[in-house]
Amino acid sequence: MNASVSWLSAFVDAGKSANELRDLLTAHTATVEEVVTLRADLAPIVVARVVEEAAHPDSDHLHVTKVDMGTGELLDVVCGAPNVAAGKLYPFAPTGTLLPNGIRIEKRKIRGQTSNGMLCSARELGLGDEHDGIMELDVDVAPGTHFLDAVPIGDKRLVIDVLPNRPDLLSHLGVAREVAAITGVALTLPDIGVSDIVVPEARRFRRAGNAGGIVMHLEDTRLASRYMGVVIRGVSVGPSPQWLVDRLAAIGARAINNVVDASNYVLHELGQPTHAFDLNKVDPLPKMPERTIVIRSAKDGESILTLDGVTRTLTSDVTVIADSMHPIAIAGVMGGRETEVDAATTDIFVEVANFDPSRTRRTRRAVGLSTDASYRFERGVDIALAPRALERVAALILSLAGGEITSPPVDLYAGDLPHTAIVLRVERVARVIGIPIEGERIAALLRSIGCMADVDDRGAAVHVVPPSWRRDLRIDADLIEDIARLHGYDALPDEIRPYRPGTSSDAPLWTLAARLRDALSAAGLFEARPTPFVAGDASHVRVLNPLAESEGHLRQTLLETLATRAEYNLSHMQRNVRLYEVGAAFAPGADALPDETMRVALLVMGDRDPAHFTNAKPSQFDEWDAKGLAEVVVRAVGVEQWSLERSHEGGDLLWTIVVDGAARGHVSRVRLDAPVWASPAFGVEFVLRAVSNGDVAPPGEHAHDEPVPPPPRTPEKYRPLPTTPASEFDLALLLPAGVSAAEVERVIRMAAGELLERLAAFDVYEGVGVDAGHRSVAWRLTLRHPERTLRDKEIEGRRAKILSALTSELNVRQRST
Amino acid sequence: MLSDTPTLEEYLAYAADLTARGAAAFTAAADEDALETARIQFLGDKRGELLLLQRALGALPADSRRDAGRAFNDAKTRLTTTHDERQLTVRHATTRAPHLDLTMPARHRWQGAKHPVTVVIDEIVGIFRELGFTVALGPESESEWYNFGALNFPPDHPALDMHDTLYLGEGALLRTHTSPVQVRTLQRYAPPIRILAPGTAFRRDPFDASHAPAFAQIEGLAVDEGISFVDLKATLTHFAQRFFGKTRTRFRPSHFPFTEPSAEMDVECRLCGGAGCSACKGTGWMEILGSGLVHPSVLEAAGVDSERYTGWAFGMGPARIAMLRYDLPDIRLLYDSDMRFLQQVAE
Ligand SMILES: [Zn+2]
Repeated sequence: MNASVSWLSAFVDAGKSANELRDLLTAHTATVEEVVTLRADLAPIVVARVVEEAAHPDSDHLHVTKVDMGTGELLDVVCGAPNVAAGKLYPFAPTGTLLPNGIRIEKRKIRGQTSNGMLCSARELGLGDEHDGIMELDVDVAPGTHFLDAVPIGDKRLVIDVLPNRPDLLSHLGVAREVAAITGVALTLPDIGVSDIVVPEARRFRRAGNAGGIVMHLEDTRLASRYMGVVIRGVSVGPSPQWLVDRLAAIGARAINNVVDASNYVLHELGQPTHAFDLNKVDPLPKMPERTIVIRSAKDGESILTLDGVTRTLTSDVTVIADSMHPIAIAGVMGGRETEVDAATTDIFVEVANFDPSRTRRTRRAVGLSTDASYRFERGVDIALAPRALERVAALILSLAGGEITSPPVDLYAGDLPHTAIVLRVERVARVIGIPIEGERIAALLRSIGCMADVDDRGAAVHVVPPSWRRDLRIDADLIEDIARLHGYDALPDEIRPYRPGTSSDAPLWTLAARLRDALSAAGLFEARPTPFVAGDASHVRVLNPLAESEGHLRQTLLETLATRAEYNLSHMQRNVRLYEVGAAFAPGADALPDETMRVALLVMGDRDPAHFTNAKPSQFDEWDAKGLAEVVVRAVGVEQWSLERSHEGGDLLWTIVVDGAARGHVSRVRLDAPVWASPAFGVEFVLRAVSNGDVAPPGEHAHDEPVPPPPRTPEKYRPLPTTPASEFDLALLLPAGVSAAEVERVIRMAAGELLERLAAFDVYEGVGVDAGHRSVAWRLTLRHPERTLRDKEIEGRRAKILSALTSELNVRQRST
Repeated sequence: MLSDTPTLEEYLAYAADLTARGAAAFTAAADEDALETARIQFLGDKRGELLLLQRALGALPADSRRDAGRAFNDAKTRLTTTHDERQLTVRHATTRAPHLDLTMPARHRWQGAKHPVTVVIDEIVGIFRELGFTVALGPESESEWYNFGALNFPPDHPALDMHDTLYLGEGALLRTHTSPVQVRTLQRYAPPIRILAPGTAFRRDPFDASHAPAFAQIEGLAVDEGISFVDLKATLTHFAQRFFGKTRTRFRPSHFPFTEPSAEMDVECRLCGGAGCSACKGTGWMEILGSGLVHPSVLEAAGVDSERYTGWAFGMGPARIAMLRYDLPDIRLLYDSDMRFLQQVAE
């Protein structure tokens, strides 16, 4: 909503500057996003006095003058205006000024006389068509004063963010009402010179009525809850007066002609859209005895040429104004070219309607056209406004374009609905806002915005009937909002009051995610937050209305989007990628809602360590790093029974992460669209848990249980630290093909018994000296007895037992040296 | 000096004297050079005094040679030992470490970090934790009822439009805000409720410098008997002061279907400090969050008695705050996962 400060002041003369109005409205009503200074192009113009004036020696119409622009030095200025006179004040454009008409003022010689600037006419300043001479200023200011400060043309525009609950603010009347309520200054309708024009009272009908040469017919009250019309005959269409042109310019609208401008003025003044038709172009070949105008749904395939010059084909979603033949306007959106008011128009039919909000929205969408009128109808126009707006627009047209009303206006309207008062408990107001406010104060605040408010005898409740323009006020909470904002949010105390702790503990998934983030950040990885959209295929959850086909599905795994992010990095020549994410993935579900899971995933590629002069070519991330990171993940998650099962499938899958017997994740190679210099990429993905998107309880019900606190984490318990020395020895073993390290370790553990404290493979060798098809793997064993030092014989015994078990069970022998 | 034909007594005395002088000279040597000079004097291969002592053995009578030989051996052992010990000491003291250019760079491990948006969320959560809030989570795929209906959106509200919301099917969508977590929490837990709900929300907005189709949001909700607008204002003001440091705040009337009264909170513009600049359109303020008292319809939709209980809620965008905090010109930086960016802003 664009509001002119000068227009608002015509409603309510609160004596506030534009910035003060901005702050008041923002604090109490709606946010003023910006204050726009209008005619900023006139900022360089100053008021100057002509001190001396003489005829130009070489010209019969030019004058040479000495001009005081407040700088303390007199300027030589040549002026061609006949009315220039010494002692008078004029607008003056110093050298360097760019005038609104695009001319830049430079110092120059005019027939041999130097001119330092220009004394300006109204037309040169874009202030009208007056060009008989320069603009004589009847103001009492010192030379050098900025022209905009001296002359009341420097209007300012407030750009107000009107939210959908407050359509009443979409007019100067609506904003002025708020200014009046906030400042306590009385509100009056601006004087536009129509006070002595009498518009006859409208006659009310339910569905049809004759407005004097035209029969109005409202086919369905669901299309419009009110439809008024008046015929004005004998108008002369012409340009609007300057004050009206200025008003419209201040809010960014262009003047067209007096009839159209009157309609537009009333729209912005009162918030009621109106539309004037050229009566003689409506129903030129009536089927009925008289011209007819019908408010109805369009028939599929009907078309209309609208005022913007576009021919639009209509559907039954569209409400139209039609004559007995075809549509002549799209209801609440735009009129038709065929019945447009033009210079030749003499008789007009003026429509003042209240079109249904959701029906207008459908109409607007169907024709793909949004206008000032449709914007207001969609949000809801005050139902009681139509008669006032009709009187106002008719009077303004009569005053600007002449003509007469020969027949009373018609008002197709079922009548006001009975209002029921909202009972507002004073105690409830205090409880919700947090400070006590007396009943009388509540009533006064609500009356200031147009409510009827009566405090009951005991002072315990206020009975409130909201005004017709505040249909958003339905329940006590709505009224409390207005009380709070009018009282002032900033006037409420900033005091934190005692509170009780909540009944819910941290979501376990949140705690888990935090642990994972800590662990993976500590492991040198960066957290990514990619969006979950992928090109995908039928195995993915489809987005019905995606922004682009390349984002038409939701990811099934986090690695899908991490891979894309890795490719993004590669495309920016970043060969070292270490990313992780804790996020949601989606799989098609049993119904429209997908199966959602929370997961953690990571991707690594490139240098395992930062390059250093001691390590110029760091080794690259490989399978073993990925396996280690998978173990970091599983440990951070804190599951008890888990294992990494090697994949027998081959391909990119390396290990499956098995928790309590079920596959919960995997470690894999990640295929990327990568340049040749890129290192291989490895990924880990792990499902944390399913996220329920089903109903907690049916609508309107709850499922409150006794809160169950999450089980405490079971910490690792202390075991006494060893006091006896350990014995270490190595076994270099020859593993035939098909024997895995895990099998060897199982046999060693069995044979070594409880004395084995630690078992670690530390070397692998294949090649010269090792039989083909065999691997040599070396393990280091650490044996320890908790109470005493092991004897050499005991160790030898274990060693022999292990080797014999390996030979008999796995055909694994010691490698001869 | 020993005579050419010394007696045994003379020989023994000389050997003792030589040993004493040599040992003293070695012990007195301060560095390797001094020790080497002393070594040449006493143990030198050609003219060392010990060599002369050895040669003098031959000039002794035959019956004296046994005792003299023993004296010689003692002297030799003593001098050699003293010298070698001293040599170890002196060498250790004077040996320099191998050459190290200490201006060369340190060795590091890879450092990782949480995402800047997570850092902001953690900080917000940390401040509210001090006031008794815990974290609640909800699904990103939601039903239309949790996302709109339960939150008092009228069925023809523009937000329900296919132009603004990403739909997954009949009645299923990607949540457009984290507010459904309010309803889920209220249904699941009895009041008092004090929760924060961080998470991802979705809008049908193409990526541009300030919009993303998926973005982080954080929601707060407090419901109990006697919760008022003063609690809302005081708590959020406290938060703003803790998060942004000393700053003025203001509350403006606003509108959300699920709160009544509704308010937006501004803090002084981070760029101009309240003086007014182009970023704040001259107002000196920057919007930080939307808030309000929970609409009675929302409480009733979740099966909570709206006469007995009242509550307040807020929602804000950590990504926008991260943009302010790290001075980001484009929100896409937060979603691209560019390693260079993540490294740059790692905290
Ligand atoms: Zn600023």
